[in-house]
Amino acid sequence: MSGDGTVVVGWQRLHPLSPVVRGARGLVPLVVLVGFSTINRGNHAHGVGPQDLVWLVLVVVGVVFGVVHWLVTRWAFDGATLRIETGLVRRDSQQLPVARIQAVDLVEPFVARVFGLAELRIRVAGAKSAHHLSYLSAPVAADLRARLLATHHGLDQSVPEPGEHPVAVVPPGRLLGSVLVSASTAGAVVFVAALIAVTTVSTTAAAALAGSLLVYLVGIGQGIWRRFNEQYRFTVAVAPDGIRVRRGLLSTVSETIPIRRVQAVRQIEPLWWRLFGWCRLEVDLAGVPGHGRTGGTGRVTKSLLPVGSHQTADYLRRVVVGPIEPPRSRAPTRARLKAPLSYHFLAAGHDETLAVAVTGRVQKVTCWVPLDKAQSIRRVQGPVQRALGLATVHVDVPGRRVGAKFRDRPVDEADRLIEELASHSRGARRRESVAAAVSATSSVTGPPPTFETPGQGGGAPPPSSPPAQPVMGPGWFADPVRRHQARYWNGTAWTPDIADNGVTGLDPL
Amino acid sequence: MTNTASPGWTPLSPTLMKMRVTEIAVITAVLAATTGSVAWAEGSAPVALITIVAVALCGAGAWWFVHNRFRAWGYLERAEDLEVRRGVMVQRLSVVPYGRMQFVEITTGPVERLFGLATVKLHTAAAASDARIPGLEPVEAARLRDRLAALGEAKAAGL
Repeated sequence: MSGDGTVVVGWQRLHPLSPVVRGARGLVPLVVLVGFSTINRGNHAHGVGPQDLVWLVLVVVGVVFGVVHWLVTRWAFDGATLRIETGLVRRDSQQLPVARIQAVDLVEPFVARVFGLAELRIRVAGAKSAHHLSYLSAPVAADLRARLLATHHGLDQSVPEPGEHPVAVVPPGRLLGSVLVSASTAGAVVFVAALIAVTTVSTTAAAALAGSLLVYLVGIGQGIWRRFNEQYRFTVAVAPDGIRVRRGLLSTVSETIPIRRVQAVRQIEPLWWRLFGWCRLEVDLAGVPGHGRTGGTGRVTKSLLPVGSHQTADYLRRVVVGPIEPPRSRAPTRARLKAPLSYHFLAAGHDETLAVAVTGRVQKVTCWVPLDKAQSIRRVQGPVQRALGLATVHVDVPGRRVGAKFRDRPVDEADRLIEELASHSRGARRRESVAAAVSATSSVTGPPPTFETPGQGGGAPPPSSPPAQPVMGPGWFADPVRRHQARYWNGTAWTPDIADNGVTGLDPL
Repeated sequence: MTNTASPGWTPLSPTLMKMRVTEIAVITAVLAATTGSVAWAEGSAPVALITIVAVALCGAGAWWFVHNRFRAWGYLERAEDLEVRRGVMVQRLSVVPYGRMQFVEITTGPVERLFGLATVKLHTAAAASDARIPGLEPVEAARLRDRLAALGEAKAAGL
């Protein structure tokens, strides 16, 4: 059945209750429609009318379609490729190579949760949208996810999901507070104040304003509810295979973000949140590469922390991009003329592996880009900048107009930056591809040679003890003995390299 | 910064400038003819003359703009990356590592075809990457495409 002629064994169907769950999700609008039409007909129509027959036919067609879809859909995982086949008339066969997987999410919509089912959402590099397996029973879905991720990291698929180190749980109170303390709420307050002011002048104008206020309130209410529903009980944990996130009120989502796939990290501090010392942390994963005129589309942004203290955000960021913070320098004073509204935030810096840039007018946005992920480096200079002897250097990452922006740097620094960033990016890319090649073969050929710790001097020899748990390639992870914030994992063993608050040191296990 | 005379930088083909000049000349001539005849019909001969001179001045301005833009555009093939520089008012310099290229695209519009020119565009995963080289002779375009594709394959890096 499969396209390349090889025999695939182990085809499995989705859970038999899948059509029921799908149907139930479509049923709600149908019930509403039927209800409306019944009310509209009022009292003069009794018994079974032709309209009821139409509804009945619709329901039967829906059920038949659901069952047929379930019958013709099947999936198989052979340890290297996940195959999904579906479609009765037009057969659709999807082959997802494990090596290209970007993220695997476990989603449990409310109705599915009632039946103990879950949906697996698999995001592959270069694909337009995520691939779905809906629905599997929750344990099957969790098991398949663990197998996919283990294989992705070059481990045997029977290896169980490695343990994790919980980092933070966002309390619902703080989440609600953070959602309420926002620009839209401030807008509502202004709106109400305007309403009160107008009422004293003219009642008709006030009535009109009240109407639009209602629409506005419903709008922001929906937004608040959506964020609250999505981010409720946001739990983030660090594991060797990536960062694990669990969240959701009505439908729960459980995501694993592989650290290697992270293209950029952003820390966002809106004006009101700064009063409470809160910030938000997001990561960008690669999606669809740029196509034609429309440009790159599918950048996937995932929240690592919807709201939290700087301490937690710093910890998570260090796990993703490493503990060493490149020294930042401010834009020169004359940049105030070019960017009067954002000058107070403008700063940037880089080292051999990481670029960091701060921008923003009202909300402060700090963006970290690992240099091995940089797609291109650009230097842009407008007429005002030329007059002031300034230039902006962009470090582009996949997606639309995102990346680190070294805004308004002096021209000589910009010229030096573009060369330095290009050469550092080249070096970082080379190190990364060597590390990836070695870690890909490590599960087959045994322990790989030791790596030099990136970003600091001499790499220390690793202890010869075997790893306590199966893990992925080299990187900084939470210290397993909890003495320090992070410890370097060289691909086979923990090294004595440790880091606390960005300062590295040595402490053998 | 506005010239590509510095060593190593390849300027665009002079044929592109010819193409742009022809475009401007044709558009200016058509505009001058129509506005001039309307002005003559509605007003008088001096008004028509002033109109035609004004249109011609606009054409000269466009020529100056296009000329500078043409001179500012250039590219440099380095060992590990391609540099493309362009722009007069807003000057841009893009450095695209060969390993980051997703694909290379050659486009030829109808006017370009008339003059035997092609545009080569490099696509990376980032939409912001801005490496477009217009006005290449077909032979040079094909050579650049093949070279970029070969280098891209040799130095390819995962996302």
